Formats: sequence, C-alpha cells, structure tokens
Amino acid sequence: MDHLALDVAHFLAGGLVLVSFMLLYQDRMFGLLNIFALHALVVSLSVAWQAHIQLAPYLYITAAIALVVKAIIIPVALHHIVLRLGIHRTIETVVGIGQTMLAGIGLVALSIMVMLPITAEAGTLTREDLAFSLSVILLGLLMMISRRNAVSQVIGFMSIENGLILAATAAKGMPLVVEISVAFSIIVALTVVGIFLFRIRERFDTMDVHALERFRGGQP
Amino acid sequence: MALTVLLLCAGAWLATSVVALAAARRSTATSLVYALALVVGAVALGAALDALIYSSDSIRAAVLPIGLPWLGAHFRLDALSALFLVVVNLGGLTASLYGLGYGRHEQAPGRVLPFFPAFLAGMNLVVLADDAFTFLLTWEFMSLASWALVMAHHRQPGNAKAGYIYLLMASFGTLALLLAFGLLAGPAGGYAFDAIRDSEPAAGMSAAVLALALIGAGSKSGLVPLHVWLPLAHPAAPSHVSALMSGVMTKVAVYGFVRIVFDLLGPPEWWWGAVVLTLGGISAVLGVLYALMQHDLKRLLAYHTVENIGIIFIGLGLALAFRANDMQVGAALALTAALFHVFNHSLFKSLLFYGAGAVLGATGERDMERLGGLIHRMPLTAIAFLAGSTAISALPPFNGFVSEWLTFQAVLLSPHFPQWVLKFIVPAVGAMLALSAALAAGCFVKAFGATFLGRARTAAAQRARETDALSLAAMFLLVLLCLAAGILPGYFMDALAPVSQQLFDARLQPQHLHAWLTIVPVLESRSSYNGLLLFVMIAGAAWLAAWVIHRGASHALRRAPAWDCGFPDANPATQYTAGSFAQPIRRVFGSVVFRAREHVYMPPPGQMQPARMHVHMRDLAWDTLYAPLDVLVGFAADRFNRVQWWTIRAYLSLVFGSVVVLLLVLAIWN
Repeated sequence: MDHLALDVAHFLAGGLVLVSFMLLYQDRMFGLLNIFALHALVVSLSVAWQAHIQLAPYLYITAAIALVVKAIIIPVALHHIVLRLGIHRTIETVVGIGQTMLAGIGLVALSIMVMLPITAEAGTLTREDLAFSLSVILLGLLMMISRRNAVSQVIGFMSIENGLILAATAAKGMPLVVEISVAFSIIVALTVVGIFLFRIRERFDTMDVHALERFRGGQP
Repeated sequence: MALTVLLLCAGAWLATSVVALAAARRSTATSLVYALALVVGAVALGAALDALIYSSDSIRAAVLPIGLPWLGAHFRLDALSALFLVVVNLGGLTASLYGLGYGRHEQAPGRVLPFFPAFLAGMNLVVLADDAFTFLLTWEFMSLASWALVMAHHRQPGNAKAGYIYLLMASFGTLALLLAFGLLAGPAGGYAFDAIRDSEPAAGMSAAVLALALIGAGSKSGLVPLHVWLPLAHPAAPSHVSALMSGVMTKVAVYGFVRIVFDLLGPPEWWWGAVVLTLGGISAVLGVLYALMQHDLKRLLAYHTVENIGIIFIGLGLALAFRANDMQVGAALALTAALFHVFNHSLFKSLLFYGAGAVLGATGERDMERLGGLIHRMPLTAIAFLAGSTAISALPPFNGFVSEWLTFQAVLLSPHFPQWVLKFIVPAVGAMLALSAALAAGCFVKAFGATFLGRARTAAAQRARETDALSLAAMFLLVLLCLAAGILPGYFMDALAPVSQQLFDARLQPQHLHAWLTIVPVLESRSSYNGLLLFVMIAGAAWLAAWVIHRGASHALRRAPAWDCGFPDANPATQYTAGSFAQPIRRVFGSVVFRAREHVYMPPPGQMQPARMHVHMRDLAWDTLYAPLDVLVGFAADRFNRVQWWTIRAYLSLVFGSVVVLLLVLAIWN
C-alpha cells in the first residue's frame, strides 16, 4: 500500500473526528443538522476510499447508502421536522463548551491509548482507523449525555452509527447485508424518533427531555 | 458398553418421570413408578459395579450431539465415577424398594412421583458428565428435582421456607462452581474436562478454584458454615427422598469436589490439605453437637450428615496433604478412608432415614419426646434402626468403624509431614474426629433410647404398627450391607483401589491376600484390624451372656411389681427424656457453641402452675454469617432500587461512564 492511500485514509478518518468535535459545540439547530450532513459525507468518502484501496467493490454500496440515507435523507427529514416544530430559532444552551471539548480530547487520547497497543498485529490502516472510530463513538456518546434537546440527542446517536461503519470497513469485517440492515434500521429509528418528537412537543410544549422527567409516576 | 447402559438408564428414568406425570392420578401409579425406578436402578447398579470391579482400568467416553453446538455433551466412565455411581444407584435401588411400600401412604403422589426418577437420573448424569457445561446443567437439574421433592408437602409449616433457603443455597453453590469451571477453562474456553486436565493452571488461580470448589460442593454437601439449608430441607422431603438427599446427593457433591480438586486442578499444595481438613474437623464436631441438641428425629439425622461429611472431608484433606508431599501410601490410605466412608455413610444414613420414615409413617411423629417404647410395637424397625445407629456411631463390627479407623490410621501418619503446620493441625483434627465419634455414639443412644425404649409417651406411639414388608426389606438389605462392609472390609477396600490408582497412581496393598480377612492399611507392625474375628467374638460373648442369663436366671424369674419410689402409676412423661439426656453435653459445649441460656421459672408459693425450664439457643452460623448478609443484601437492594428511577440521561451517563472506565482499565492494564 503506497503512502498516499494511507495518508488519504488517515486524512478522512481524522476529519471525521474533527467533525465530531464540531458537533459537540454546535448550538444552533440548522447548524447542527448541516454539520451532521458533513459528518455523514466524510464517512461515505472514507468508506469509498477504503473500497478503492481495499479493492472491495461492495464497500461502494455501503458508501452510497451512507451518502444517500445519512447525508441527504436524514438531515432533510430532520430539517423538515425542526421547521414543523418551529424550534429552528432556539439556541440550545450547551453546558460548558470548554469542559466538553477537554473531555472530548481526553476521550480521543484514551481511545488511541487503548487501541494502538492491542491491535499491534493488525495493519497500520486498521489500527489508526479503529482508534479514530472508537473516538467518534465515544464523542457521540458524550454528545448524547451533554445535550438536553431531543433532536441533538438523535444526532449524537446517528454519529455513533457513523463511527461503527468506519470501524467495520477498516476491519474488513462487516458483510454488506449487515450494513444494509443497519441502514434500514436507522431509517426506521428516524421514523420512530420523528413521531416521538412530535408527541413530546404536543404534550409538553418543549423539546427539552428534562421536561419528561417531571411526568413520571411512582417515584419513591 | 457400561457407559451406554448407564446413559440409557438415565433416559429410562426420565421416561419414567413422563409416565408418572401422565399416570399420577391413577391408583397404581405409585407401584408402577417405583417398580420401574427399581428395575432401572438395578440395571444401573449392575453396570456401575461391572465398571468398578471388572474393568476399572479402561476408561469409556461418549459424546452426544446435544447441549452447546460446538461442545456437545461429553460423558465418561472411569473408576472414580464408577464408584460414585455404585453409591448413587445402591441408594436409588433401596429408596425405590422402600418407596414401593412407604409411597402408598403418600398424600400427594402427583408431587413426588414425577420428580423421584428425574432426581435419580440427574444424580447419575452429574457423575457421568465430562465437560463443565454438562456437569453444571445436570447439577442444576439434580438440585431442582430435589427442590421439587422438598416442596412436595409445601403446605406444612416451615417447608416453604426450607425450600426457599435450599434454592438460594443451591443457586449460590452452582454460581461458585460456574466460576470455578470458568477459571479452569481459562481464556481459551476449553470446557471439556480433557482440555482442562491438559492445561496448566496459573499459581494464584488454583487457590481460587479450590476456594470456589469448597463453596460450591461444600454448600451442597453441608460443610459448616454452609450447612444451614440441610437440616431444614432434608427432613421436609418424604423419607425415602430424605434418605437419597442425605445419603446420596451429598455424596454427589463430594464427587464434584474430588473431581475438581483431585482430578482437574493438577498437583496440590500442602496448605490445601490443611484448609480442607480443618473445615472437615469443624464440620464433624459442630454437626454432631447440633444433632445432640436436636429432638426431631429426621433433623437429627440431617445434622449427622453434616458430621459425616466433615469426616469425609478430613480424609480428603489428609489425602491432599499427603499427595502434596509425595507420600503415596498415606495419600492412598486417606483417600480410601474417605471414599469408604462415602460408601458407608450412604448405607447407614439411608437405613436410618428409612427407619425414621417407618416411625413417622406409623405414628405421625418426628419429635422424639412424643415417641417411646416402639421396640414393642415395631421390633423389626427397631432392630434395623439399632444396626444403623451402631454403624453411624462407629462401633464394630459395623462398617462405620472401619472407615473411621482407616481415617485415624491416616491421621497417625502425620508425624511424617515435613510441614510443622500440618504436624500440629492433623493431630488436633484427629482429636476432633475422636470427639465427634464419641458424641455421635452418645447422640444415637439418645435417639434410639428415646424413640424405641421405655414407655410410649403419646397415644400415637402407643398405637404404632410395624411397617410394611417392602420397607423392611429395604432396611434389612442395608443392614446386611453394613454388616458385610464391616466384617469383610478388605474386599470393599480392594474395590476402591482403582480410584486411588487413577487419581494418585498409587494404591494400598491388596487386602484380600491377608490371612483370615485381616486388613492391614500400611504395615503389619503398625496396625491391623480383623472384622470377622471381632464379629465372632462379639457374637460369641453375646451368646455366652445370653446363655448364662437364660440358664442361670430365666427360670428363676419372678414377676412382681417394680418398686415405684412411692409414686404408684407413674406417668410416661416422668421418663428420662431426650432433652434430659442431652443436658450434660449442652451444659459443657452448648454455652459456648450455641450460647445456650437456661431460664427456670418457679411459681410463687401457693400457685398451682408447674415450674418450667426454658432453654434458649442461638445458631452462631445464622447470627454471625447469614443475618448480617441478609441485612447487607436488604440495604444494597434499597440503595439500588433508586437506579430504577433515574432519568434517561443518567442511564446514558452510566453506560458512558462504565465504557470509559473499562477502556481506562484496559489502557492501564496493557
């Protein structure tokens, strides 16, 4: 494998981590959706590059699915939902951008520390990509717990899925059928989440999931 | 061949269970099920005997394509499993025979019949299992079947609680065994016993496996302080099942311990022996002390199981210690003593439970203080019970004496140990063994005397009738076997030799070659025992005494009113009771071991109430171990209950936090 191929793969995977960081501090709704679309675009580029250098044509299908479903359909749908809900002007108060970013940097360091020693036998590409994808997954989790808006939590969840795809393509492990079914389930999840969002809005007049917690019965 | 027969037998028992389910309401179901179990048990016993005696050097194995897909179900028949199969199936055979008679009085046969053959099948399969998965599965099957039998009379007070505690302890023990096998299998996950035998255990791991095996097998067999369920659950079951649980299932637990520690775990360290035999000594003494304080006949027998398991574990601990020091003769001797006691205890404990069951069936009473004088009403049961009492009290010429004597011979080899700790501990445990044997004799003087001698204390005891012929046949079969093993121990010890050959690559010298059936465990100059000679002497002396009395006194016998101390028509309640018999021992040991406190209530002068004496006893195992544990579990459950009311974000944070912590551990570990 020549250096260029490796460097481009690194560039794309590293870019994905960078976009994950951008997701972390983005506090406007449309901005968040646009950056998520960028996230999915980077993933699909990365997968396509992997398909190119691994000579694995079925990965192109994976890349295409990622591009169509996650870079186009989901952001557009969410865009629509946000407009319908009328929350496109809300500015989410992200708690402590500084601390969140520092925690994110710590997570990236942690995943590199974990992944590099245990994958010593694997190829360079796989090692680096696994480390990056673990970072993306952890950053997505961090986003899910640091946000209170339901839409942002959904975006965090979807970014975790992007991290998984990166890991699977790098490890040359995930068969196409699994990828297709995962993509399909993401669409189903989107549908469910969309309905859920409207229901929350209808009931509680807010998108803040905090509001839900006051309405649970039976607390001792 | 023998293995195939045994597996087919297990299948036949399971089929019998299904038949019992279908036919439970018919009146002939009881006879049908026990007769089927009896026939299958006889076949299985034959196969096991064949494997132990005639072809013990060959190992048979089979893999059935059931269970985990990549593992299958491995079964194996070697000398060790053959011996325990003999124990299991002999117990199953007599229990089925006894059940044929005793089971007719069963109130709810539908709750007993389906589980009885399943229980037998479970015990057989545990002993045959040759991979961890099959072992644990059949072990749990055995536990559940016996639990169902304990719960057969679930509406009687106390039985539901007994079943609950049994279930808890059984699950806990299985958990320990699961962890032990997990450690043994190692990261590669070789769960077949062959793979475990081949692997080399890490240093710290062996100790952990030993501890887990002690917890797992100890909780099933009733090692102090894990014995608490045993005196509750064993008496709750119908009597022939009590006999199986106490006499046989505890032996299956011993088998599990021997299989893990002696066979799978690899070469032992010397301190393992010290730990095991100390626990055994404590169990032996505490078990018999508990039994002495007990006036419920079946519960007394269950506590004696704790004592005898202690004696078996003393032998096993000695075998481990000898083995670790490469003292092959001692190891073979101690192991033979322990295994012989396994066999003997299964005989006389079953016999005693059958006797207790006969008494229970005839009078409806288990409390000795409400029995008495049964030797007149049930003479044959009394003789059988007396023989069992003699055997369990380790009195010659019965079998209990031989195995305890052999254990003492192993104890007497202790000065040869290189470790000072063992030199000190082993004689101390020997003293505990002697103490427990003496106390056991005292306890059975109490049990037999209060139950069968004197005068009937209640109307129920007065009206008792001798039990049925089939029950008596089962009892006398066991009496004969007890006597045979006591008089001809050499043959039985020779039958055990393949086991020590298999485990230690060493065996005792062949015993049947000695003249006049003498047994010589180590050297002629050290010690020897001749059961036949002793039996002839005892029989001769007894006959002589009887003859002299008969010739000299019987015809000069004059019947006259006994001197009644001036109180005519004494009430049976004025007899010496079991409680009064145990009082001196309670005063010596009980105030420390049981925190026994006596309160005497004297009515004021002029009042007509009787004076009363109350004895309050505490069970230290409950107070110091289980009660705090109960509080702790309750406290933790209260705390963790709050987790149920967390928010979604809090749950997500928990997941996130645990992932990060695990990753950190991984990063630091590497």
